[in-house]
Amino acid sequence: MQSSKRSEDSQATATDRPIVEVQGVEKSFGSNRVLKGVSLTVNKGEAVALIGPSGSGKSTLLRCINGLIKVDKGTVYASGHAVHALVRDSERIALRKDVSMVFQQYNLFPHLTVLQNVMLAPIQVLRQDRAEVEHRAITLLGKVRLQGKESAYPGELSGGQQQRVAIARALAMRPSVMLFDEVTSALDPETVKEVLTTIRELVEEGMTSILVTHEMRFAREVAHHIFFTDRGLIVEHGDPDAFFDDPKDERTREFLGHML
Amino acid sequence: METVSELFRTLNTTYGFDLSIFYDSYDADLFTRGMYFTALLSAASVFGSLFLGVIGAYLQFNGGVVARKFVSAYIQVFRNTPPLIQLYFFFFSLGPSLTSATGMSEPILSNVAWAIVSLTLYAGAFNIEVFRSGVEAVPAATIEAADSLGLSKRQTFLQIILPLAFRISLPGLNNNLVNLIKTTTNAYAIAVPELLYGASQVWSDKLNALEMMIVLLIVYTAVIGLFTWMMGCIERNLAVPGWGRA
Amino acid sequence: MNNQANWRCKVLMRFGLAIVIVLALSEAHATSQESWIDEIAPLWKWMPLLLKGFLVDVGISIAAMLIGTAFGAIIGVGQTLFKGIIRIFCLGLTQFFRNAPWLVLLFFCILLIPHQITVFDWVIPFPPWMKGIIGLALPVMGNVSEVVRGGLISIPSAQWEAADALALNKWQTLRIVILPQALKRMLPPWMNVYAVLIMATPLVSIVGVEDSVTVARSVLSAEGNTALLMPVYGLLLILFYAYCAPIARLARFLEVRYAVK
Repeated sequence: MQSSKRSEDSQATATDRPIVEVQGVEKSFGSNRVLKGVSLTVNKGEAVALIGPSGSGKSTLLRCINGLIKVDKGTVYASGHAVHALVRDSERIALRKDVSMVFQQYNLFPHLTVLQNVMLAPIQVLRQDRAEVEHRAITLLGKVRLQGKESAYPGELSGGQQQRVAIARALAMRPSVMLFDEVTSALDPETVKEVLTTIRELVEEGMTSILVTHEMRFAREVAHHIFFTDRGLIVEHGDPDAFFDDPKDERTREFLGHML
Repeated sequence: METVSELFRTLNTTYGFDLSIFYDSYDADLFTRGMYFTALLSAASVFGSLFLGVIGAYLQFNGGVVARKFVSAYIQVFRNTPPLIQLYFFFFSLGPSLTSATGMSEPILSNVAWAIVSLTLYAGAFNIEVFRSGVEAVPAATIEAADSLGLSKRQTFLQIILPLAFRISLPGLNNNLVNLIKTTTNAYAIAVPELLYGASQVWSDKLNALEMMIVLLIVYTAVIGLFTWMMGCIERNLAVPGWGRA
Repeated sequence: MNNQANWRCKVLMRFGLAIVIVLALSEAHATSQESWIDEIAPLWKWMPLLLKGFLVDVGISIAAMLIGTAFGAIIGVGQTLFKGIIRIFCLGLTQFFRNAPWLVLLFFCILLIPHQITVFDWVIPFPPWMKGIIGLALPVMGNVSEVVRGGLISIPSAQWEAADALALNKWQTLRIVILPQALKRMLPPWMNVYAVLIMATPLVSIVGVEDSVTVARSVLSAEGNTALLMPVYGLLLILFYAYCAPIARLARFLEVRYAVK
């Protein structure tokens, strides 16, 4: 697994292939067509924002990229893995080591302390040395400005603090791509800022990120590229200034008129 | 101790209230033996049925179609048939069958052993149900998070689902296990010398049925009270701050 | 309708399977030279008696349920809606009868209720089955009391307040506002109490009541044929299963239907 991935990586830099490549993805739940043929690419080191009305398929698309949802049609390549063709557990786990996700509802494990939450996957999945993982976990918690909270339980923290633990937990896996699924939507306005600051720092350090978000101003400041989805299709995309100042499509204009 | 037994002897001769187990050593032995066997039956079947409960819940969560149907059938049979008849079936019918099938001259399992087997299987079915609803109560989002971190299904079950499901199941589990302790009296029917049997031996000899009944009822109330208190301690011990019944 | 037919098919298949398993097991156990069908043929002539025994169990369970429910409802209300000494008394009774083993209570009744009571000039006999009914009614009473308590406290206090604001007194509130809602919620756990009861009923065979288990054991000792052990006990299991499983299923169905959002 390791060696094939490395050669693919060197292939990527050699040909400058995007680190995430989605082509013609379709997904239906029963009779409900959620994604109707979506394509997008993300280059290494880029931060990309997915915006759009609720139900347009943004969260579904994100879950297709890390394999939580299996696509009906189309191809998904993420960090050298063919996500659409995942069959074995081992392939799935290999993908999860490279692509991490942070959820709207943080989804921390309530029966484990903050430190245990962050340390769990590197020890159990990556089988790394405990002392090394602990050191890394403490560093990461410091990075998200939660030093001193290592022995607290998730139930004792505020929403914003829990979300930052979730980010640290995802980072502990040392992924090449981070997916953020509306991570500030469940927070109250005061705590939103602290989470956004953390994400901004990550992006500035060069972490490839895909953000599904409603925070338009944040998207404009931080993202290198914006994609607008509506009813299962990518309607328009472009770099932030062009996108927000001069939207081309009627639907985009309508949506932005609503939001801003 | 001498004065205590004297006290009870006088109680008998003066008031006719015969608590012979406190002054007659033979009766006291019968009673103590009864307590031992009740404790043995209870402990063995509690742990056995907990074990079955976890295995059954895991198979229903992660097993193949065959495993799940098998567990489902097992639950159906043991929850919808009388435990006494289950016990008779094991001891009088299955036991001799197995003994003759293996060609042994001695029965392969004693009555105590069959009682433990029967009680374990009976309570195990109820425990699987309780654990299953506990497992189902773990939010899908938490499982999704474990999945996206790359944990395998088995790791997710053992490290994330089971600890949470166990805490959720504690009240229902308490009910089941209290019921199990009460059901150990069924072993009387196959002459296991547990508490009820011992008491019956005393009262058929000394004709003090009323007194022995009262003692029995008090003892069982005390045992169950003690057990429930222990479960309460476990529940408090396992409680995670900020989660569960807030 | 398709679902109904599907479900009936499944039930029939399950019974067929159970009967086949019991027959196969008894065949494996048949010792003599005769074919196993001849061995279990005598079972056929005992069928009516066995079924009658089963009906005795059912009858006892229904009687115990009615008596236990009546008293249990009273005690349940007593421990929920009253205060002070009445509440403590009812609470104590409930906990006591819930925590006592069923068999011990049965022994208690069998041994300590006299054969007959003479009230003025009437002699009221107490045959074993009647003592059995009383013995089973006691734990039912404790459990029904808890069910009633659970049902009553699940009604939000806002309902009581609203009724109070409309100048209804305690008993009117109970009758018009609370009970109609609470009864629905009490139904599934009450049915569960019956399911537990019917499965404890064979215990009366230990204390001298002539029920299905007593009949079964007499039949087995009369025939003296070990090949009959499996079929007879198997038959009992199947009878009880056929009776209990639909009740449990109905209780679960109602529980989902009446679930509180």
